[in-house]
This record gives sequence, C-alpha cells and structure tokens, in this order.
Amino acid sequence: MFYSKFLVRRWGKLDRSILHVDMNACYASIECLYNPEIRDKPVAVGGDVEARHGIILAKNQIAKKYGVQTGEALWQAKQKCPQLVIIKPHYDRYIRFSALARQIYNSYTDLVEPFGLDECWLDVSGSAHLFGTAEMIAEEIRERVKRELGITVSVGVSYNKVFAKLGSDLKKPDAVSVLTRDNYREKVWPLPASDLLYVGRATTRKLYNHGVLTIGQLAMIDPEHLLAWFGKVGVILHCFANGLDNSPVMAVGDETIIKSIGNSTTTPRDLTNELDAKIVFYMLAESVAERMRDLGFLAKTVQISVRDNKLLWFQRQMKLEEPTCLASELCNTAMELLRMSYRWQNPLRSIGIRGCDLIPATTPRQLKLFEDEAEREKLELLERAVDDIRRRFGHYAIYRAVVEFDPTLKHINPKEDHIIHPIGYFKAN
Amino acid sequence: MANEVKKEYVSILAQISVDGAIQPLCILLQDGRKYDIDEIKDTSRAASLKAGGCGIRYTVRIGTRETYLFDENGRWFVELHVG
Repeated sequence: MFYSKFLVRRWGKLDRSILHVDMNACYASIECLYNPEIRDKPVAVGGDVEARHGIILAKNQIAKKYGVQTGEALWQAKQKCPQLVIIKPHYDRYIRFSALARQIYNSYTDLVEPFGLDECWLDVSGSAHLFGTAEMIAEEIRERVKRELGITVSVGVSYNKVFAKLGSDLKKPDAVSVLTRDNYREKVWPLPASDLLYVGRATTRKLYNHGVLTIGQLAMIDPEHLLAWFGKVGVILHCFANGLDNSPVMAVGDETIIKSIGNSTTTPRDLTNELDAKIVFYMLAESVAERMRDLGFLAKTVQISVRDNKLLWFQRQMKLEEPTCLASELCNTAMELLRMSYRWQNPLRSIGIRGCDLIPATTPRQLKLFEDEAEREKLELLERAVDDIRRRFGHYAIYRAVVEFDPTLKHINPKEDHIIHPIGYFKAN
Repeated sequence: MANEVKKEYVSILAQISVDGAIQPLCILLQDGRKYDIDEIKDTSRAASLKAGGCGIRYTVRIGTRETYLFDENGRWFVELHVG
C-alpha cells in the first residue's frame, strides 16, 4: 500500500480514471419514457402471467418505495402495492437504448466495456486533455444521457473497476460519486460486504459466519485466512476490498463479448415426461442454433439447466465430439444430459439449453475419416433454409413435427423472447 | 385535461442530399393538415419527455412558431397539443 502511494506521488500519472455508468432502473425508466401517463405511478416491468413468466424484471423508484423487489412473483408485488402498473418487456427498445448510450460513451473514450445491457465501464485516463477530469466527464455523460435519451444514470468514478462499480451504487438516481485513494476507507469500508462485486448470497453467509459484515472488515483480514475459506477467490476478494484491482477495461463490441449463447424458458405447463422435454429442448435448441449461425459461431460444449416444480435447480454440461451449430445435435446432447441426470421425481417447470466454448465457424477443424461430413453439411443447409423461411414469414411459419404432440408448448418464440445476461467479470478479462 | 400532449406519428416530405443528409421540408399530420417548415434551427439527439420517445430532434420554425420534429429510428413524430 505504501509502495503504491509512493509511486502515485512520485510520478503522479500512475492512477487510472475509470467510470462505471449504470442506467437507473433501466427497463422501467425506458417504459416510463414511452408512457408519460404512468411516470408518476409505481411501475414494474414483468413477464407474462399466463405463460407463467410472472416475475418482476425491473421496477421504478416509486415501486421500490413500496418494497417491490426484482425477481419476486407479480402477485407478491401486487400485494405490496395494489396500484402497481405492470408493463410487458420490450427488449428491442432496451437493446436500442443500450446501443445509443454506448454511442455517447464512445465519444469520450474507445475503452468501453459493457456489463449487461445497462452497465458499462469506461477508461477515460487518456481523455483528460480533451474533455477534462474524470469527474467532469462523468457529469457530462450524466447530463447527456438525460437530455438525449430521457433516462437517468448514476456514475461511479474511481481508480479501479471494482470501486467504480461500487461508486455507481452509492448515490442513485442521476448522480456522480467519486471514490479516491484518500476517501475509500470512509466511503467503501462501512458498506456491507455483499455490496462488493462477486460477493453473492453464499459468500455473504460464509463471511457472516466468520464475523465479517463489512467491506472494511474483509479488507483487514489476513489473505491467508480468506485463501483457506474461499480458495483463490478469497484472495481476489481481499484485493477488491482494498482497491487493488488492476484489471483493464476491455474495448469490446457486442460480438466479442459473447462467450455462450443460450435460451431457457418457463413452459406454459409443467413438463412431465421425456417427450415434453424433447419438444421444448428442440424449440430452444433451434433458437440457440439459429443465433449461433447468425453470429458465425460453433459450440464445443452443451449445457442444460433444469428447474423442477419444487424449484430445485441444477446445471449439467457435456463436451461435443465435434463443434456444432446444428439444432438436432444440440437437442440430442441435451436429452442425453437430461436422461443421465434426472429421474423425473417431480415435473419440470423450466428448462434451458446453452452452447458454450464458442469458436468462430471459420476455425479450421480436423474432419473424421469414418463420419459422413456430407450429411452434416446437408443438415446445416436444411437448418439455414428454415432460418430463411422464418426470417421471411415469421417464427411460426415452420416448425418441427415433434411440436405437434402438444401444441400448448408451441407458443414459445425463444429467439425473440430471450433475455440478455451480462458475461462474468473474469471472463471479460 | 387542457393542453395535454400526444405523440403523433406524421408523414414528412424531405430533401435527401447527395451526402445522405435529410432536410425535412413539410409535415403532414394524420388528419390531413399540412405545415411547411420555414427553417430548421437546430438538429440534435434528444428525448421527448412530453410525448414519450427519443431520436434526432429537429427544432423547426413554422411561420412564427417553433416546434420539435423527431426522427425515431426512421419513424417521425411531433408533440401534438390536444385540448
């Protein structure tokens, strides 16, 4: 610590200027912008109750005051706040606003790293001579987003990414918070440990059991102890708590942040047997495969996620013999994984499939001597033809015959209904 | 309900120059009313908090009055005062 302070004083230029910009209640704010009549009411963006996607995805500040929480069932939220206005999500709008916000950020620096749709890190260390100090840039960004997009952001300014993110949570909405080497002990250390990036529910509980409640207490613990409690992650948390994070802000576009492509759905009714699961896996696999082909990727690993009607949840994954972008291969692997890991103790409520370990479709690969490559190529052409039909005539213009076994499961359009999740912090680095 | 603002999508007549720049010349409301634009005073990206939306905002002068015309991803709208 002394050494780094010495370096800062000696050269003065060592510290980076990192901003973390977080759109406040992003989905709800955008919906309020488009519906001025609900702006002064408690508003939440929620899924479709009839299709059993009945949870709160986002809420505005007024709904927050009533105790409405993201992730809770719509009926629970309605109990807390009977006058709550619930709006269906419009992902096309959110994606557009996210891109527009990034255009603003990109006018200050080329080092912009998105973290989900509504958050971004910016490294403005090299922009000071053009636009002023990091705090001035943060204020300007805050003003511009409000004026140009009609929604508010909160900005954290610091010398590392972790503190910048913490800073953006300190004051909300429409505010800028600065965390420096001189003030982080008084501003960051009293915060609960769960506010720190990568301290989730399980870690919080474990820390609590060891008597660690605040970030300051976490920072003071001997890293050897944290190593023993949490493994490598413990040491990383110790560094985070002391502001010793030096991970760079990666200049990435939309395409390069994709590490996996997946879809999951809560089905209109519980799935009770293999055929039900196969129908839904096929529909999800088709969407995943179509998006992989659109983006030019092949998956080397397939992962499934399963939740039964008692809300027990697990994930399983398997390497593929050959990288693929074929729905049939993804679905067959998913079914194999399900057969190996689930005995149908309870009906299933939601399932998901994900293609991971993505490689560009142009990557050269070793062909097999005794496998019919021509057949696989034909299958890919067939699936591309289906993509084309759907693009021209709509998603329901063509579907697999297996879906006809239960048309109630047919009304899922996973490609257009999918939700975008941020990639992990470490994966981005 | 006096002076309520409504988002009204409109047709426009525009001149597109060789470099692709769009200059709106005339606004056609859905009820058939037509307004010639006398001057474009400003063009900037902005949100319309009154009507609800965001896009490229043209501050235009029609006769002696100034108003806003928005290009929202290829669809154009105005803030129409009703009542």
